[in-house]
Amino acid sequence: MDLIYLGFKQAFIMIFKGDRLVFEIALRSLIVSGTAVAISMIIGISLGLTIALARFPGRRVLLSLVNTGMGLPPTAVGLFVALLLARRGLFGFAELLYTKQAMIVAQTVIATPIVAGLTVAAVQNLNPKLRLQSLALGATRAQMLWTLIKEAKLPMLAAVMAGFGGVISEVGAVMMVGGNVTGDTQVLTTAVVEYVGKGNFPVAIALSLILLTLIFLVNFVLTQVQQRETSSWPKRISK
Amino acid sequence: MAEAHIEVAGLIHEYDGRRVVSVERFSIERGKVLTLIGPNGSGKSTFLRLVGLLEKPTSGSTLVNGVDPWRANKTLDYRRRMAAVFQEPLLFSGSVFDNIAYGLKLRRLPRDEVRRRARRAMETIGIAHLAGRPSNRLSGGEAQRTSLARALAIEPEVLLLDEPLASLDPPTRESLLGDFEQILKGCGITTIYVTHNRTEALLLGDAIAVMVDGSVDQAGTAREVFDRPKTMTVAEIVGCDNLLPGRIVESSGGLVTIKIGDGEVEALSERPVGEEVLACIRPEDITIFKDGSPPSSARNHFSGRIAKIADLGALSRVTVEACIELVAFVTKKSVDEMGLAMGSQVTATFKATGIHVIGNGRRMCDEEGYCDHSGRREKPSDETG
Repeated sequence: MDLIYLGFKQAFIMIFKGDRLVFEIALRSLIVSGTAVAISMIIGISLGLTIALARFPGRRVLLSLVNTGMGLPPTAVGLFVALLLARRGLFGFAELLYTKQAMIVAQTVIATPIVAGLTVAAVQNLNPKLRLQSLALGATRAQMLWTLIKEAKLPMLAAVMAGFGGVISEVGAVMMVGGNVTGDTQVLTTAVVEYVGKGNFPVAIALSLILLTLIFLVNFVLTQVQQRETSSWPKRISK
Repeated sequence: MAEAHIEVAGLIHEYDGRRVVSVERFSIERGKVLTLIGPNGSGKSTFLRLVGLLEKPTSGSTLVNGVDPWRANKTLDYRRRMAAVFQEPLLFSGSVFDNIAYGLKLRRLPRDEVRRRARRAMETIGIAHLAGRPSNRLSGGEAQRTSLARALAIEPEVLLLDEPLASLDPPTRESLLGDFEQILKGCGITTIYVTHNRTEALLLGDAIAVMVDGSVDQAGTAREVFDRPKTMTVAEIVGCDNLLPGRIVESSGGLVTIKIGDGEVEALSERPVGEEVLACIRPEDITIFKDGSPPSSARNHFSGRIAKIADLGALSRVTVEACIELVAFVTKKSVDEMGLAMGSQVTATFKATGIHVIGNGRRMCDEEGYCDHSGRREKPSDETG
């Protein structure tokens, strides 16, 4: 009991005094996962729109793959990305293994199917005639797609939340491709594992608390945006 | 000769090998309102999408101002001269103003211009007070008005309306129908208005086209189409509730006698003896009298019993079983005054001019010479009671 109490006490001291090690790790986590989510938004939203709107051979197979990808085991992703990036791997020449870039690649692979799959669902949930209406008012194809993205922005925000939550709390893949190098590729999750292993509970607890807080903050901001959009609904009911 | 704004030639559209539209020839004059009526699933909406360049036809062409936009690779250019309103309002998120400005912003008009034209469209439709209202907080009528204003704001050359009133409740529909009439008449926008409602078709259309199974079976002025349907299907669509199959047994001087079941009717036609025909009589052209001989000059009299009275509001739909079954519209007042009830003995009469004779084949078109060109009708209120 003492150990846990002391752990929490020291963790709070570290957080509130701004412990440099702790904040460096937290910042790295944010940068790596933020970048990965940003890239997977670009790929995932394009892919999702294509699957949702276009008709092409193999579309259903692709959608099944995307849906399967939404539940990719991060450890397996880590392994395959590591094998590809290893010195004798297909992309070994780039010498990316055990760098932040490698971690971004692995996390992008994990988050992209989540964003794509939820984008498909969000767009297919829209009234299919909106597309026609947009074109009938003079939209170009690109303008029509942009209109649909704007119309589906709420569920797409959920996609971003899900993607970010998935990668920032993931440990297996970043461990394998990043190597948990102190001061370089160590992120919140891998650091927690390491400090628990070393028996350094105060640091582990502090890092875990920051991880939880980060996830909470990101979701809080996104929820605020989402709720602002939907705040007119109850008024309509009460009218 | 009025200029054709839109011309369709040999237009065919198929979905998975199933032909849904097949229009040989069709045109609409610049600035006119054409109403396209037909049963559900007859291809009206698909036809509208093809004309609106929203879908590429399997074959054939649609000319706008004499140009085939698909062939000229100018679909965006021509699509931007049109605007459409559908059965659902299909509003985007944001305010009413955002929606009305949508088409203008797509065209990258300057901000002042967008504001000016959006405001003008809202004032025309009478929704200026709703400008700031979120689009998801509108009633059905307000939403459909917004959708119309959004289309008008573009100041299109061609307006495509696909059953815009079909999903509204009756009072709202009435009120919007009035607005549509006011806006469409004299605005000079070439309009195609798809509906399956005869009242809308008659009230709004300078011309009417009837679509059946993907093709335009008949097109012309409202009176041509409603009074002289060329086929049985068109007759059914335009409300000829009495379609009686018979055979011509006498023909002289433009007057024919048609044997229908055990009875005979006289009609104006020049068809030859022996031809199988359909006598098409609108319910409002049949007058009903109770008892005795009617003080009427009408040539056709049938005595029988009332088998059914359906109350339609101001009118009642009365089914008379004589040697043939006839359906007539009688004003509610007349029903009460004459004391009509189920089983009442009555005489149904109609004039020879009240019958339109068509060939007895579902899709057979008449030769122009065989049509009954003198089938004038009087107002129902003069004849009933």
